[in-house]
Amino acid sequence: MQLVAETDAKIIESDAEKKSRTSNERALNEAVIKLDHIHKIYKMGDIEVHALRGISLTIHQGEFVAVMGVSGSGKSTMMNIIGCLDQPTRGTYILDDRDVSKLSKDDRADIRNQKIGFVFQGFNLLSRTSAIENVEMPMLYAGIVAAERRRRAQEALESVGLAGRETNHPNQLSGGQQQRVAIARALVNHPTIILADEPTGALDSRTSVEVMEIFQRLNRERGLTLLIVTHEHDIAEYAKRVIIFRDGKIRSDEPVLHQRDAAEELKTLPVLDDDDDDD
Amino acid sequence: MNIFVIFRIAFRALARNKMRSALTMLGVVIGVAAVIAMVSIGQGAQASVQAQIASVGTNLLFVGAGSQNVGGVRSGTGATNSNTLTVDDIEAIRREIPSVAMASPTVNTRAQLVFGNQNWNTSVQGVNEQFPQIRKWVVQSGEFFTEADVRTAARVIVLGATVAENLFPGTDPVGQMVRVRELPFRVIGVMARRGQDAQGRDQDDNAMAPFTTVQKKLLAITYVQFAHVSAISPAATYTAQDQITDLLRQRHKLAPNQENDFFVRNLTDVAEAADETNRIMTYLLGSIAGVSLLVGGIGIMNIMLVSVTERTREIGIRMAVGARSSAVRTQFLIESIVLSLTGGSIGIMFGIAISLLIPKMLGWPTLISFIAIVGSVIFSAAVGIFFGYYPARKAAGLDPIDALRYE
Repeated sequence: MQLVAETDAKIIESDAEKKSRTSNERALNEAVIKLDHIHKIYKMGDIEVHALRGISLTIHQGEFVAVMGVSGSGKSTMMNIIGCLDQPTRGTYILDDRDVSKLSKDDRADIRNQKIGFVFQGFNLLSRTSAIENVEMPMLYAGIVAAERRRRAQEALESVGLAGRETNHPNQLSGGQQQRVAIARALVNHPTIILADEPTGALDSRTSVEVMEIFQRLNRERGLTLLIVTHEHDIAEYAKRVIIFRDGKIRSDEPVLHQRDAAEELKTLPVLDDDDDDD
Repeated sequence: MNIFVIFRIAFRALARNKMRSALTMLGVVIGVAAVIAMVSIGQGAQASVQAQIASVGTNLLFVGAGSQNVGGVRSGTGATNSNTLTVDDIEAIRREIPSVAMASPTVNTRAQLVFGNQNWNTSVQGVNEQFPQIRKWVVQSGEFFTEADVRTAARVIVLGATVAENLFPGTDPVGQMVRVRELPFRVIGVMARRGQDAQGRDQDDNAMAPFTTVQKKLLAITYVQFAHVSAISPAATYTAQDQITDLLRQRHKLAPNQENDFFVRNLTDVAEAADETNRIMTYLLGSIAGVSLLVGGIGIMNIMLVSVTERTREIGIRMAVGARSSAVRTQFLIESIVLSLTGGSIGIMFGIAISLLIPKMLGWPTLISFIAIVGSVIFSAAVGIFFGYYPARKAAGLDPIDALRYE
């Protein structure tokens, strides 16, 4: 599994577009997101704002993509469209072989529930709600029975290293721990892709590396497809591919030549403050 | 989406903010408790008036000799010298009218009763043996006179409780002889105490003898002044009233243009008037309390609206992870229904407790109304749906992107 993933990563690095179709039939190499000439125009009174000007993009299974760009460059708009929170004005968006560019509100809610995991800058956990209940929440809307919900939430919390913290409320957890709960919540419905909007924006440097370590591990071990928005170049270097937005267009789309390894870095980073003692 | 799951979500959301949930419910608690307590007081009053009227006899009709027009001089009704009503009239009423169950000719006089060195002035009523049944009055000791006593105009007398106490302090009057206008009467019974009537008159300050005896021995008349008539049921009193009127007009050979020389009074009218007053009072109290329930409902809407704004981010999160608009709407709707129904249930308990305490603390009678309880449950659920719908729709209509960005 790990071996395959690494091989794929190399293929993607060499030439993602061509090789993905020809190399093999494995799910790991299939296109999960295909954006074709996506336009987004906002109308603010009489003024039209052209937020996206014809974005075409393919993301394959198992990719780890960092999206960068100044504010107003269109990256958030694109993330909202990929996350099925918003719809393109023109163009098609194929997610998992399904055209989702013109779905109804309810269908998009179901897609978000089943295929997309969100991680936000501000964690966006429900306050006064235990970690495990926060993780269970997406499954409530998926109609999963209570015992199964509990089991999967438990499993997800363990995979982000929060076993034993199930009953803690967000205000009893450090920022890093809260973000890990959010990652567990994003994982729990086994999504096709995880969208993370500045996941380290509210974290200190060591905690940021810890969170990136989790993302890298999920990407490597499970072949999870990740798309993160970030302002920081050093965070983007943990990804395998960096897309830079400017003026509603993709300015550059390049593989990361020297991907940083968060797990290795953590070994050398001094432990300044154990965030387990925050509560 | 399973409704039970949404119920769970709603319950958890409410439990997360216990203080606010409790304060929101308070409005409905007070409203429902007030409705139940007020309706209980109203119904209690109604029931006690009805019980009083029933003790007088709701079937009761009162027939009296009426005014006469003798050469342009009209006498008043019920005058002692009014001789339009005869024993035969009363007999005919009893015999010929099917809606009449019992009738007693009645003649009244005031007389001095003397026993030993005690004496007492009281009203002596001449009636027949059916009188206690008509008036729903029981004999405390001894017995009432019989049909034979009436037929033979026996000099027997039954005393009211007040008369018995005053003439026979500390002794049993039954079997004793009293003198009424110097005539000896044997006391054969004492009536049970009835207390005061609605006008505060002592209903026990009287004595009863066969009407034949009173007519012949005390008044020396052949006509009767009144009759107590009992209809077969409270509802039959109206028919009985009409039929008695027709019968008496016919018997008195009154031409269509002549006015009645008698009157028939229906005590059900009085009872119904009292009943109506109480019913209006109950409605009034209930609707004032209902207004407070409405205010409680508006309180729920208020808090739910604040809650939707305050929890915009939560709504955004829920929508982002895949909650459909309908799930969000249902969640908020259920939250407000749970608030109002829980408030309603607590209110019912308070309402019942207040209804049970009022008779003890204020001495007012109360009657807990089942309809008021069911009504307030339904009403509080309706309040939840009605006042919860708008905030719920507002929540469901939020755009997830805006909601997530909301600070």
